[in-house]
Amino acid sequence: MKLARGRREMQSLVLVAVVTFLIVLLGILTRGRLLGFDSLQSIAFQLPLLGILTLAQMTPMLTGGIDLSIIATANLCGVIAAIGMTRIGLSVPLAMILGLAFALLFAVLKGFLIAWVSVPAIIATLGLMIFTEGVSLVLTRGYVIAGFPNSFLFLGNGALFGIPMPFVVFFACALFLYLLLARTRFGTYVYLLGSNPTATLFAGVNNALVLFKTYLLSSFLSGIAGLVMISRFNAAQADYGESYLLLTVLACVLGGVDPAGGFGRLPGVVVSIVVLQIVATGFNLLGLSSHLASALWGLILLGVIAINRMIGGAEA
Amino acid sequence: MRNNSFLGIVALGELVVLISGGIDVSFTAIATVAQYIMGVIITKYMVESVLLAFLIPIPIGIALGAFNAFLVNRTRVHPVIITISNLNVFYGFLMVVSKGKWIYGFPGPFRDFARLKVLTLVSEKGVDYGLSIFTVVWFLIAFGTWVILRYLPIGRKIYALGGNSEAARRAGFNIFRIQLFVYCYMGFLAGLAGFVHAELNQMIQPNAIVGRELDVIAAAILGGASIFGGAGSPLGVVLGVLFIAFIKNGLILMKASAYWHQVIMGLIIVLAATLSAYQQNLERKRRGRV
Repeated sequence: MKLARGRREMQSLVLVAVVTFLIVLLGILTRGRLLGFDSLQSIAFQLPLLGILTLAQMTPMLTGGIDLSIIATANLCGVIAAIGMTRIGLSVPLAMILGLAFALLFAVLKGFLIAWVSVPAIIATLGLMIFTEGVSLVLTRGYVIAGFPNSFLFLGNGALFGIPMPFVVFFACALFLYLLLARTRFGTYVYLLGSNPTATLFAGVNNALVLFKTYLLSSFLSGIAGLVMISRFNAAQADYGESYLLLTVLACVLGGVDPAGGFGRLPGVVVSIVVLQIVATGFNLLGLSSHLASALWGLILLGVIAINRMIGGAEA
Repeated sequence: MRNNSFLGIVALGELVVLISGGIDVSFTAIATVAQYIMGVIITKYMVESVLLAFLIPIPIGIALGAFNAFLVNRTRVHPVIITISNLNVFYGFLMVVSKGKWIYGFPGPFRDFARLKVLTLVSEKGVDYGLSIFTVVWFLIAFGTWVILRYLPIGRKIYALGGNSEAARRAGFNIFRIQLFVYCYMGFLAGLAGFVHAELNQMIQPNAIVGRELDVIAAAILGGASIFGGAGSPLGVVLGVLFIAFIKNGLILMKASAYWHQVIMGLIIVLAATLSAYQQNLERKRRGRV
């Protein structure tokens, strides 16, 4: 136990080292512009989107699964809400609720398949990702739906007491998830289930129900991300934000979530989201190609996994 | 048939990976990198020999596959995460280096090779059709994969690893060597498929293949490959690819909008995975395990 704890502290240390190194490097390369007011503000508007999606990815990963359909779910929620607002003429809150309801509807199917039919999460969410994206495409015919009421645009572009609204939403989601994972019985079950499902089952936990709720939660958070996203862009489309999928996995692993399940705490994940966003903004300021960025994400992820393995290697 | 040989070849590679209990989503990037390097070389030096062109992408595929195997084995992180990272690494660097440029204008022999038919028939309307060389290659690969899986020791080891990795380890199998073979085989087929793809389209677009990972995995699963590892056969995969081809063709003939394709493909994957999981559950209940 002592060893495991020491190892996890080492992992946090590695993360901090990587963060410091990247920030200093990018700070020097951009001649300090990285931490200037403008880029900090753009970070504050962009970070929440990736952040909420990563939170949506985190709970499934804690149970040892993965959810490849979060982006598709977010887009579906966005598309439905957008249709509700522009074509059907629903009021803003009603359209948002409708979008979230559809996200949850698909999540029920997803959770059912994974929890009770025991389809592996990767395959179930892969299939549903294609399916959900297809539904959004059929609904939008591939076009962009734009032109939302001003009251809705506030969600993505407004500010509350000077704090950008998306950031407020992100903070609320993170706090909610933190309390849920660290302070409730459900949270404990999620960790237990991730580290040893058989033992958890014998301890009298309804594994399937916990898994089911996990995927509902994940889709709900994705739905919120979808709402923030369409409000931010003032447009909804079937295939926004696909590049975020790998990033969410990356942010989770970087933040100390064990892909095999059972380990990983929310603060670490939040830190790694901040890092990723700072690095992305830094790349942007340097005028580097986004493909280079995606190649480097892959390398960073592999690097962190490798370092963590080397540290943990002694006991394995 | 001809147009599905690309899908068919990589699906066979994916089958082998799935049987071993892994998964590879980076093969599209491997195929693209391999065909791109081949394209650059043959257009720059106007390589006349198709055989030589054919020999370029394959070692590249194998090398990248070996890299996958190494990481999967050493990190013990789920292969899907490793190969997603590698997809980004390979593809990202390719895009940076190539700047997304297309390659066309291949040497003559390379162009003629694509029209090569093993068997030519003439239809009533006077249009000749026949068995393309690539369909033959695909079936040969399927047969080869079947022989490897069925009759060679390494084939049995792959099934054993996928069936129960702990048992395979305790039985003294060299897991790394099996994984090396599996991912290199996938890389080899990805390289070959990259060659076939370039031949079929007579041009190389860096963004043509990446993004089609899911079609291939769907084909392999439809063909009966279990995502848990340990089960699946080349014949099933060939049938799976043909099934998807027929459905797509049918949808096109029905004039269903392209957007519906995705909905239906998604449903098919979910259904196939559900059936496979359901069978597994029955099996488990019969054996009385938790």
